[in-house]
Amino acid sequence: MKKIILLNIFYFSFCTVAVKSAEKGGMPQLDPEFWVSQIFWLTITFGTLFLVLSKFILPRISKNLEQRRLQILENIETAEKQRKQSEKNLKEFDEIILKSKNKAKEVMLAAREKVVSEITKKKMKLDEDLNSEIQNVEKEIIELKLSSPKKINSIASNITNEVIKRLIGTDVNESSVSALVEEELKKLSRSTNGI
Amino acid sequence: MAANPMYQFNVYRIGPEIKIGEIDLSFTNASLFMVISSLAILIIFNLGAQKKNIIPDKIQLLSELSYTFVSKMISDTAGSKAKPYFSFIFSLFMFVLFCNMFGMIPYSFTVTSHIIVTFVLAAFIFIGVTIIGFIKHGFGYLKLFVPSGVPAVLLPLIVVIEIISYLSRPISLSVRLFANMMAGHTMMKVFGGFVVSLGIVGGWLPLSFSVALTGLEILVAFLQAYVFAILTCIYLNDALNLHH
Repeated sequence: MKKIILLNIFYFSFCTVAVKSAEKGGMPQLDPEFWVSQIFWLTITFGTLFLVLSKFILPRISKNLEQRRLQILENIETAEKQRKQSEKNLKEFDEIILKSKNKAKEVMLAAREKVVSEITKKKMKLDEDLNSEIQNVEKEIIELKLSSPKKINSIASNITNEVIKRLIGTDVNESSVSALVEEELKKLSRSTNGI
Repeated sequence: MAANPMYQFNVYRIGPEIKIGEIDLSFTNASLFMVISSLAILIIFNLGAQKKNIIPDKIQLLSELSYTFVSKMISDTAGSKAKPYFSFIFSLFMFVLFCNMFGMIPYSFTVTSHIIVTFVLAAFIFIGVTIIGFIKHGFGYLKLFVPSGVPAVLLPLIVVIEIISYLSRPISLSVRLFANMMAGHTMMKVFGGFVVSLGIVGGWLPLSFSVALTGLEILVAFLQAYVFAILTCIYLNDALNLHH
């Protein structure tokens, strides 16, 4: 209800305002008194605006924009170049690392081989040495074995000689003594062989 | 007097009467607001154009965004051939926009709410576009009135309609802007009058209407400037690239 009253008030006041304005002679826009003046001043202001904008201001803005565009393009280009360069560097780096790894492996392998071969060489030498030593010793033993009866003979004959000398007090013929000892030994050896 | 919603459109002399012969060229409040709008445009865009930062600050961004906005509008509607007319359309758009916007300040004057101003602008555009059309295409520009693919029987009628629509361009262009501005400001004045006449009891409703209308009018002020500029571009497009 209140709304309707308010709207009615609006409506009536709008009507009165409209009527009043119509009575006052309507639109000032249609009064030609200042038309020429408005056209004149419009031409001057708009003309000046257009001239100053087109001659001085807009070219500068356009130049700024163009410069920025170029700068950005340049930056993008540089960034792209740097990216490529860094990728290349990374690749090179990877390659270098791979190469050095391979090299390190090679060096390690070579060193190992060298060490192994040296060790085997040394081992072989050592073995040889040992073998020759053993052979020598064996030879010596064999020699000793071979020479020992003679020596034993001589020692035995000497001892026998000495013993006889002590017992009897005179020198005995050495050759007879040794022949005796030899005979005894032969007997001994035969008896030992016989056993 | 102030209650009359049309009172705001009155033009009156400021300063001395300037007369050349019988012609009155006096400086009026309308002239004052034309000067203020132009100066504001020049000052703002000059400030924006003087800075050359790669990352723009506020005023530089404002001018550069306006530049690209108008530039894009022209290239979208009229193509690349319309580039030489960029300065004119930019000035036109900015002039109409600033006049509309300055009109939104209370107790100011709206230059574009006068039919003579908008009509002079529209007539200038109309004549200019017609001249450009005839320069670019010679008498071939008359093909604009003969759309292709129309049956021969209908052709006389279509040609007459096309000619009438072409000739009414300056009128429609100027009346659109003028009527929008006048109607909006009249409405605001009327509602403002209601606020006073209904007083503290009933004045709240028209006041809220007034607030809403102010927002709407700012939108209309921008929109009408944009429409004015884009229609200019479309007319220019007809003259530059004959489509028919």
